[in-house]
Amino acid sequence: MTKSARAGVVFIRCFKKELLRFWRVAFQTVASPILTALLYLLIFSHVLESHVKVYDQVSYTAFLVPGLMMMSLLQNAFANSSSSLIQSKVMGNIVFLLLTPINTLEFFAAFLAASMIRGLLVGLSIYLVALCFVSVPTVYPGWIIAFALLGSALLGTFGIIAGIWADKFDQMAAFQNFVIMPLTFLSGVFYSIHSLPPFWQAVSQLNPFFYMIDGFRYGFFGHGDVSPWLSLAVVGSFLLVLAWLCLKMLKSGYKLRS
Amino acid sequence: MAAAIEISGITKRFGEFEALRGVDLRIEQGEFFALLGPNGAGKSTLINLLAGLLQPTSGSIRIMGHDVQTDYQRARSALGVVPQELVFDPFFNVREMLRFQAGYFGHGPENDAWVDEVIEGLGLTDKAHTNMRKLSGGMKRRALIAQALAHKPPVIVLDEPTAGVDVELRQMLWAFIQKLNQQGHTIILTTHYLEEAEALCERVAMMKHGKIVALDTTRALLKSHAAKQLSLRLTGTLPTPLQSLLKQQNGDEVVLALSELSQVEMVLSVLREANVAIQDMQLQEADLEDVFLNLVGNQKGASA
Repeated sequence: MTKSARAGVVFIRCFKKELLRFWRVAFQTVASPILTALLYLLIFSHVLESHVKVYDQVSYTAFLVPGLMMMSLLQNAFANSSSSLIQSKVMGNIVFLLLTPINTLEFFAAFLAASMIRGLLVGLSIYLVALCFVSVPTVYPGWIIAFALLGSALLGTFGIIAGIWADKFDQMAAFQNFVIMPLTFLSGVFYSIHSLPPFWQAVSQLNPFFYMIDGFRYGFFGHGDVSPWLSLAVVGSFLLVLAWLCLKMLKSGYKLRS
Repeated sequence: MAAAIEISGITKRFGEFEALRGVDLRIEQGEFFALLGPNGAGKSTLINLLAGLLQPTSGSIRIMGHDVQTDYQRARSALGVVPQELVFDPFFNVREMLRFQAGYFGHGPENDAWVDEVIEGLGLTDKAHTNMRKLSGGMKRRALIAQALAHKPPVIVLDEPTAGVDVELRQMLWAFIQKLNQQGHTIILTTHYLEEAEALCERVAMMKHGKIVALDTTRALLKSHAAKQLSLRLTGTLPTPLQSLLKQQNGDEVVLALSELSQVEMVLSVLREANVAIQDMQLQEADLEDVFLNLVGNQKGASA
C-alpha cells in the first residue's frame, strides 16, 4: 500500500470512529443542544421581542437565530473533541490510539473533522427547526458557510487542546464553564454590542467569539457590528495559532507520551 | 535478519527516580521470551518504551530493525501490545473495535478476514456484536488481546496477560499464543506466574531495580541457579563434608542444594560413613521460582 493510501485509511477509520462515537449517543450530543437552543429562542423572543430592536427590518427573534446557531455550533464542536479525549484518557483506552502509527496530522484532522461535523449538524438543525417559527433571511450564504466552518474548526481545535491538557473531568468542566461559556454568552449572541456602554463594547471586541458570531450574523442579514473581513481575519488568525499550538502539542507528545 | 527487538543502553528517569539503568537486550525473530521481575523492577517501563508510550532518557530501541523514535510508524506497525490494565472503549462492539484498531494501522476491509480469525481464535465469536461495556472481565481480557493482534503484528508483547484470569481462559489463551509463535510471531511476555514462563518460554530475562540481572535460556537458568533440593531429617548432625551444600536448616531438617542428581549418591555415602541415619528424605525439583527468588529476592545470593 502506498503511503498516501495508508494515510487515507487511517484518517477515514479514525474520523468514522469519532463520528460514530457521538452519533451513538445522538440524544445527548445532537438532540439536547438543539432543544436547549430552541428553549432560549422561545423564552428570549417572548420576553424581548417587543422591547429590543437591533437592526431595522430584522425582528429580535430573527436576530437571535444566527447567534444561537453559532453558540451551539461552537459549544458542540468543542465538546466533541474535548470529551472524546478526556474520556479516553480517564478510561485509559487512549492507549489504543497511542500504540498505533497514526501521525500528528492524521490524529488532528480526524478529531477536528468529527468535531466540525457535530457542530455543523447541531447549527444546521437549529436553523431548520427555527424556520418553523420565524423567517430568517440568508443574504450572503458564502459568509455563513465560511464562519460556520471556521468557527467549528476553531472550537474543535480548542477542544483537542483542552482534551490533551486536562487530566480529569473536573478540569474539563472548569474549562467549559469558566472559559467557553462566558466567552460565548458575552460575545453578542443575545444582543448587538452597539447596545453596550463604550467600555464593554471595547472589551467585547477582545473576545474572539464575538467575531465568529458577528461575521456569521452578517451572512444572514448583511449587517454586522464590524466588517466581516475584520472578523474573518481575526477568526482565521486565531484558528492558525491554535492549530499550530495543537499540532505542536501532539507532535511533542505533551501529556500523552512522557 | 533484523532482530525482533534490539534494546541498546536504555535508561529512563522520572525526575530523581531512575526506572531503567542501562538495559541491553536482543530478542530474535520467532522467540518466545519472558521478562520477569518483581513489581517496580522496570518491566512495564521497558514495555512502554518499546510501544512509544514513553520516551527514553538515553539509548535506542529497534523493532524489526526500525527505530521506535525516528522510524516510529514502521516500528509501531510491527508491534502489538496487550496492556496490563483492563481498558476498553465503551462506545463500540468487539468487531467494530477490532476493525477500527486495524484501521489505525492503515488496514482496510482486506484485513477483515484476519480480524474474524482472531475473534474465533480467542473464542469471541458469540460476543462479536456485544458492546465492550457488557463483556465479563475474562471476555474483556480476550478482546484486549484481540485488539493487540488486529493488525497482525510480527512482534507481540503481552504485559501480565493472565492476571486475574481463570484456568480455562489461561489455557485457551496460551494455546492461541503458542500457535501464533509457531506461525513465526515473536512473543514477549511479562508474568508473575513463573510456571507459565517456565512452560512456554525458551529464554528468560530477569529484571531488578531497572537492570537485567539474568538473561539465558530457561533450561540454562534452571540448571545454573537453582538445582535440585534434598531435604533430610537426620538422627545426628550433618557431617562436615556436607556443610558446603547446606542451604537452610530448620530444627532437625536440613535442606541441601545439589547441582546435579548424581550428588545424591555422594550425600548418602557420606551419611553412611558418618553413621547418621535418615528418618525422612525428599527430593525437590527446581523451578523458575527458585531462580527468581535466588536472583531477585532478598536472599544472600541476590545480585543487583
